[in-house]
Amino acid sequence: MAILCDKNTKLLVQGMGRMGQFHARLSIDYGTQVVAGVAPGKGGQTIDGIPIFDTVRQAVSVTGANASVIFVPPAGASDAVLEAADAGLDLAVCITEGIPTLDMLRAKNGLRGSAMRLIGPNCPGVVTPEQCRIGIMPAQITRPGPVGVVSRSGTLTYEAVDQLSRLGIGQSTCVGIGGDPIIGSTFTDVLALFEADAETRAVVMIGEIGGAAEEAAAAFVAKHMSKPVVAFIAGQNAPPGKRMGHAGAIIAGGKGRASDKIAALEAAGVTVARSPADIGETLAQRVPDLVA
Amino acid sequence: MNVHEYQAKALLRAFGVPVPRGELACTPAEAEQAARALGGGLVAVKAQVHAGGRGKAGGIKLAKSASEAKTTASEILGMTLRTAQTGAQGKVVRKVYVEAGSDIAREFYLGIVVDRASEKLAIIASTEGGVAIEEVAERSPEKIISVHVDPNLGLQPYQVRRVGFGLGLNVELLAQLQAFLAPLYRLFVEKDASLAEINPLVSTQDGELLALDAKLNFDDNALFRHPDVEALHDPDEEDPRELEAKKIDLSYVGLDGDIGCMVNGAGLAMATLDMIQLCGGAPANFLDAGGGADKEKVEAAFKLILRDPNVKAILVNIFGGIVRCDLIAEGVLAAAEELGLGVPLVVRLQGTNSREGREILAASGLDITPAQTLAEAAEKAVAAARAG
Repeated sequence: MAILCDKNTKLLVQGMGRMGQFHARLSIDYGTQVVAGVAPGKGGQTIDGIPIFDTVRQAVSVTGANASVIFVPPAGASDAVLEAADAGLDLAVCITEGIPTLDMLRAKNGLRGSAMRLIGPNCPGVVTPEQCRIGIMPAQITRPGPVGVVSRSGTLTYEAVDQLSRLGIGQSTCVGIGGDPIIGSTFTDVLALFEADAETRAVVMIGEIGGAAEEAAAAFVAKHMSKPVVAFIAGQNAPPGKRMGHAGAIIAGGKGRASDKIAALEAAGVTVARSPADIGETLAQRVPDLVA
Repeated sequence: MNVHEYQAKALLRAFGVPVPRGELACTPAEAEQAARALGGGLVAVKAQVHAGGRGKAGGIKLAKSASEAKTTASEILGMTLRTAQTGAQGKVVRKVYVEAGSDIAREFYLGIVVDRASEKLAIIASTEGGVAIEEVAERSPEKIISVHVDPNLGLQPYQVRRVGFGLGLNVELLAQLQAFLAPLYRLFVEKDASLAEINPLVSTQDGELLALDAKLNFDDNALFRHPDVEALHDPDEEDPRELEAKKIDLSYVGLDGDIGCMVNGAGLAMATLDMIQLCGGAPANFLDAGGGADKEKVEAAFKLILRDPNVKAILVNIFGGIVRCDLIAEGVLAAAEELGLGVPLVVRLQGTNSREGREILAASGLDITPAQTLAEAAEKAVAAARAG
């Protein structure tokens, strides 16, 4: 089952620049159905065997695409998100880093009432092992199994997934929700999907400093999650007021500290690994029978 | 990006938000002249640095005449201002803003922020003006008025009324609040601000609302469409290493430890700092070379790290996803050859082409300590820094 995407997902690519083309190829190699590319003004061409369309609506009507991955540069990225929603897609995953916050704020409010789920922006994407790769994750480190992974980070997600795979613990779906202040789907949204997914038996959640999404997730876990959750929070010693790489990773006005997030999660019954090297091990101890 | 108070007030004035009259001065003589131009009466002489808490630290003083303004400016200019926000090293004052004194009746707090939780713009107001809003939130949260504005609808009159009546304004001042908030909101969205803070907002004895202090922050991601805002950037206010890093598209934050770090990806970079600290060490910096780090970036990152005289060991932690570890290894070698490694280097390469990368490093004959896992890498770097 998995969440968000599987072998039946028909993916289109918005933004067929160098990065879009490169990752479309990797996704095809992984077995993903990449059915269309969208590049305004290049409709009718074919790139790497992928038919190109001028608009998302055209691409959908011809190919039956139901998901999109967005590589459009920052200035046009929120427009691409809204175009995807207008075309009736089920899912859009926005990889673009550096989108103005107010653009995303308007787009996010504009998406209310739309049936499309947005993941990202500024995220590594979504992988359902051996079925579908959307985005830029190195899918070869994943293996199929019962653990859902959700994270605000990119490479730290790879680190965690790698730890799981090396322990013989496979993943149902790995989701990078993105490091920006305003994102399409929050921890809470993705936790709800994992809770409802029959294949997922436990969840690994990787948060970081800034905002209060981890605290909101803790409240959701306490109320609605029956499945065990293990977490790690990056930036335990980050200085306040400094943006740590991600636009959203900043301790502002005494809010967003790792210690507060860890306390909230632990109070909600989440097991929090103190060391980033122990994420996989912490899960293996909490749920011993996950190892395949 | 932060701007100075005088720059923020110039922007507010341009958008029609009422602010007191004021002029910038870089010398005591200029301050005297400014005070005279403002009428020769009471003025405030205000240090222009990017930090709150200037008043308490002695960076804001009143002067009753133009000659007193000169004396006051000579005291403030050149002083090192230490506030809770500047840290222990403080900030040198290079400019003062000379502002006409106001006849204050009441002080309020007024701010606009991007509220991540509600995904709206939040207007925050309080009758507790002139103190940090975080303190008010802690001490008496009932005194904070918070109104959420849908960015696609914009500020509505009823929302201004909620703020105004919440602050206990009379009908005359309420009309003034509308005339104050509407252009402030317009400035916020048109210039892609991330924070606007008027603290204090004052009502005068003449029944006017004025922005007595003003703080504006702007979204770095939107500066590409606001060259006028970007031009307000003051390099004196930033760590020179962070400025250098920005130029080459690296994300760098200077810290006070002795282990230089180079990592790809912000989350993994933060986790690496955590790991070093768990092993009893202290990182010298946060450095995210980016998810798409290549040979050139690695070289540039090394140069940046080695410029810090405190660095006693370097830890490179790369999880190759899209990044190929063999290319990173080549970058490490090129940097080591060009710059000469004066300090021990611990390298952990994992993920795409990591085996090839490790072989390149091993074959180089350079004194590089390899590590397999995150924990092993941090332990070895901490040990190396201790021995160094």
